[in-house]
Amino acid sequence: MSHVTLDFRLNGTGRTELIAGGETLLSLLRHRLDTTSIKQGCRQGTCGSCTVIVDGEPRLACITLAATCDGCTIETAESLPGPGGLHPLQQAFMDHFAAQCGFCTTGMLMAAKALLAANPSPTREDVVDAISGNICRCTGYQPIIEAVLAAAGAGPSGAGQPGGSRPGVV
Amino acid sequence: MTVGLQTFETLRDASAVVGRDPSARFLGGGTLLVRALNEEAADFSTLLRCTDRVLVEIRASGSRVRIGAGVTMARILASRELAFLHPAARAVGGPAVRAQATVGGNLFAPPPYGDLAAALLALDARVSVQSGYSPRDMPLDEFLRTRDTMVRSIVSGVEVARPRGERSFRFLKVSKVRPKGVSLLTIAARLEDSAGRLSGVRVAYANMGPAPVRAAAVERALEGRRLEPLVVEAAAAAAANGCSPPTDAIASAWYRREVLPVHLSRLLLGVA
Repeated sequence: MSHVTLDFRLNGTGRTELIAGGETLLSLLRHRLDTTSIKQGCRQGTCGSCTVIVDGEPRLACITLAATCDGCTIETAESLPGPGGLHPLQQAFMDHFAAQCGFCTTGMLMAAKALLAANPSPTREDVVDAISGNICRCTGYQPIIEAVLAAAGAGPSGAGQPGGSRPGVV
Repeated sequence: MTVGLQTFETLRDASAVVGRDPSARFLGGGTLLVRALNEEAADFSTLLRCTDRVLVEIRASGSRVRIGAGVTMARILASRELAFLHPAARAVGGPAVRAQATVGGNLFAPPPYGDLAAALLALDARVSVQSGYSPRDMPLDEFLRTRDTMVRSIVSGVEVARPRGERSFRFLKVSKVRPKGVSLLTIAARLEDSAGRLSGVRVAYANMGPAPVRAAAVERALEGRRLEPLVVEAAAAAAANGCSPPTDAIASAWYRREVLPVHLSRLLLGVA
C-alpha cells in the first residue's frame, strides 16, 4: 500500500502525518488524530456532519482525500472556543436553542463560520444557503438560522474570529 | 479496499496512465469517486490526480469562455465571466459540495446529478478530452452519449459561447426539498432572439435519462417561432419525446414524464 507524507496545519498547529493514498480526511482527523468534533454521518457527502474548513472553504471531510490537503490549513470545531470562552457562534447556538441531539452541531458551526468569514452580514437567505448541505433532524432549522444571524449581528467577533486551542471543548 | 493515489504534473502524463491502466480513475473533486470508495462500490484501485494549471483556468476570449475541468462550482460562482452559469452552479449541493465538485466531474455524474452538464449542453459546449498523448475536442452532446467509454480519457475542459442576453439562457432545477434537494428533473434552455423569432434553440434535460440529453423535439417546436403561448403549448406536448427517465426514491419515471411539460412551459413563459 502506498503511503505519502502529509504536511498541514490543524487548528493552528503544524502536523506531519503518514497517510494512505485513499484515506479520507474524516478517517485521518477523527479516527487517528482524535479530532472528534468531526462526526461520521452518511459518508456520502450528503449530511454535512463532517464539515470542516480547509483554506477558508467549507469541505466535507468524508469525501475529501487527506492527500489532497497537503500544505492546507484545516479548522475544526475544536478551534472555536477562545481564551475568553465560547466562540460567538457557539454562544448564539446556546442562546437560541440551536442544538438538540447535537450530532449536526459541529458541522453547522463550521458551515456558519465559513459563511461569516466570507460574508459578515448575511441575509436570512444567505444563512439558509450556507447550511443547505447540513442536515438537522431535530430543530427544524429555524433556531440554527436565528443563531447564525444573531452571531453575525454580534459584530466582527462572530465573523470568523480564530479561537484559541481548547481541545475537547466543542 | 486499498486504493493508491498518484499525482502528476502534466495532463499528458496522467492521461497516459489512465489510458493503459483499467483499474485507474482520474480524480476530480472526489464527490463521486471518494463516495464510491466509502460505499465499497469502487471499480478502481488507483486514483490519479493532476496539478496541471490548464485544469483550473477560466479563460475568456471574445464571446467564448474556456473552463478547466478542475474548476469548482464555487469558483464558477466567484467568476463574473461565468455569471450565466451561476444558477446552474448554485443548484449543485451546499457550499461544501460546491467547493469540491468540479466541471469535469459533473460531466460524468449519473442521475440524479449532472445539473451543470445540462446547462452546458444547452449552451452547445465543446469538450476537450485528452486520450493518451492525443488531445481532441468534441461536442458535449456526443461526449455524453459515449461517456461510459470516456473513463479511459481525461476531460481537460469545456468551452462555451456566452449567451447574448440575460433572458436568453434559462435554467430550472425542480426539487421537492427547499432550498436544496435532489433533482426531480432539470431543464436548461438557450433561447436567442433574432428579429423577434427564436434562433439556434437548445433545450437540455438532466435526470430525464441515463445522462443529460437534448430535447430535440422541443427545439424543433420552438425554432424560428415567436415565444408565445401556442408555441409553448406545442413545445410542452413534445417535451418527453425520446426521454427515458429513471424511477428512483425521488419520483417514478411516470411522474417525471407527467410534470416535465408543466415545468418546461413555466420556464419558457418565464414564470418558473
